[in-house]
Amino acid sequence: MSAGSRARAVAWIFFAATQTVAGAEIPLEERRSGYEFMSRDTRAMQDDDATNPGVFWVLDGEALWNRKAGAAGTACADCHGNARVSMKGVAARYPAWDAARRRPVNLEQRINMCRTERQKAAPLEHENRDLLALTAYVAHQSRGMPITIAPDKRTEPFLNAGRATFMRRQGQLNLACAQCHDERWGKKLAGTTIPQGHPTGYPLYRLEWQSLGSLQRRLRNCMIGIRAEPYPYGAMEFVELELYLMWRARGMKLETPAVRP
Amino acid sequence: MAGLRAILSAALAASLAGAMPGLAEGGAGSPAYGIVKDAIPVSLTGAAGNAARGRMLVLDRRVGLCLLCHSGPFPEERFQGTIGPDLSGIGARLSEGQIRLRIVEPARINTATIMPAYFRTEGLTRVAAAFRGKPILSAQQIEDIVAFLTGLRDESR
Ligand code: HEC
Ligand code: HEC
Repeated sequence: MSAGSRARAVAWIFFAATQTVAGAEIPLEERRSGYEFMSRDTRAMQDDDATNPGVFWVLDGEALWNRKAGAAGTACADCHGNARVSMKGVAARYPAWDAARRRPVNLEQRINMCRTERQKAAPLEHENRDLLALTAYVAHQSRGMPITIAPDKRTEPFLNAGRATFMRRQGQLNLACAQCHDERWGKKLAGTTIPQGHPTGYPLYRLEWQSLGSLQRRLRNCMIGIRAEPYPYGAMEFVELELYLMWRARGMKLETPAVRP
Repeated sequence: MAGLRAILSAALAASLAGAMPGLAEGGAGSPAYGIVKDAIPVSLTGAAGNAARGRMLVLDRRVGLCLLCHSGPFPEERFQGTIGPDLSGIGARLSEGQIRLRIVEPARINTATIMPAYFRTEGLTRVAAAFRGKPILSAQQIEDIVAFLTGLRDESR
């Protein structure tokens, strides 16, 4: 090893030591959904479909599922039939590998691919009400089912990239996701109990937003909180993070549409 | 890579700090500060801060951010954090210079710390545009906070 490359190697080790955190993952049996950190009132709001505001989006999504759209004049139901059957368990295994693009895609991206490629319709913008409604409707068909991100050689590099992002310090406050969600969950950040950061409820109704929102919207909130430049909606980094978060929550039950403070 | 070089020199300074006064670059355009053991004995501005302003900064959740993680002798403040130690009596436990170092470079005390380095501008990743190249607090704001915390002598809450 030349002096130069040795110096670079040392520099790299130091860089890694300061910019990423050790990352002891939460033991499987100690994992808890954000639901368990909420007040009794907010839990009751989520539990009862008569009071859960997310149910409005699910109902809208059902109507959209059956409505013909785009130049092809087809509805989701024309290809997929009854969502209660065909979409059962689907959200529990997303983000999933897309053979044509040779990368994992999340549920919103999959829905938009069906829109542009099959329905010949314009893609829906991120956080667009119809996209949230369709995503909520599809994910709702997996409510109560365990997350099943299967080990897969093709998605592994993306999952590892997501894990690396989770461990990387970012932003002016120089904090990594893991420092709050692996190492300090249960502690108070001002008035808020830090949850473990599981993606079990999305899209979900957040009281602070007074709306349904996607997982990426939540992740942008955390990045803005640490004064980091959030990735753009749909960025590969976000899909990688989603994949890692779903894998980290493997076996936990989906709650869509969840409610959070 | 300029970023890497800055980190390397910070690493060098860190390894020296235990034995002798190290020198580290401060925020953009600000003077370097000297570290002696676990303290920065000299004011970043060369003058004493204003404790009353410091109190306001510590309580301001958008500027000082301290109460996101810490609690302290502020019975009127709801929703104080439980991530860091309580700041009550901190002026009796630590010297002025020790407090200054813990705000400027907490990683010198604990490399795995979650507490941000309030005067740091280099070697950070993906800083949002509005904050790029700026420290979290200015030298003057840090001195104001140091003046306030130094006066917190009563350990009871
Ligand atoms: C400084 C602490 C902190 C950091 C760093 C942080 N978060 Fe969070 N995160 C929180 C808090 C607090 C909440 C709960 C907010 C609320 O309920 O108002 C939260 C919520 C979440 C949730 C929602 C969980 C649920 O039950 O719906 C996810 C997912 C999440 N964070 C992921 C991340 C990721 C990924 C990163 C890094 C890019 C990150 N967080 C960085 C503090 C943090
Ligand atoms: C994101 C969390 C966080 C924020 C924000 C934060 N701190 Fe801290 N602070 C900590 C933690 C955790 C410690 C304990 C030592 C360690 O782990 O580095 C600490 C330690 C300290 C200490 C040493 C305490 C002792 O008893 O030795 C002082 C002084 C201090 N902080 C002051 C402040 C001030 C003043 C601010 C705001 C300007 C602030 N902190 C903001 C997390 C934080």
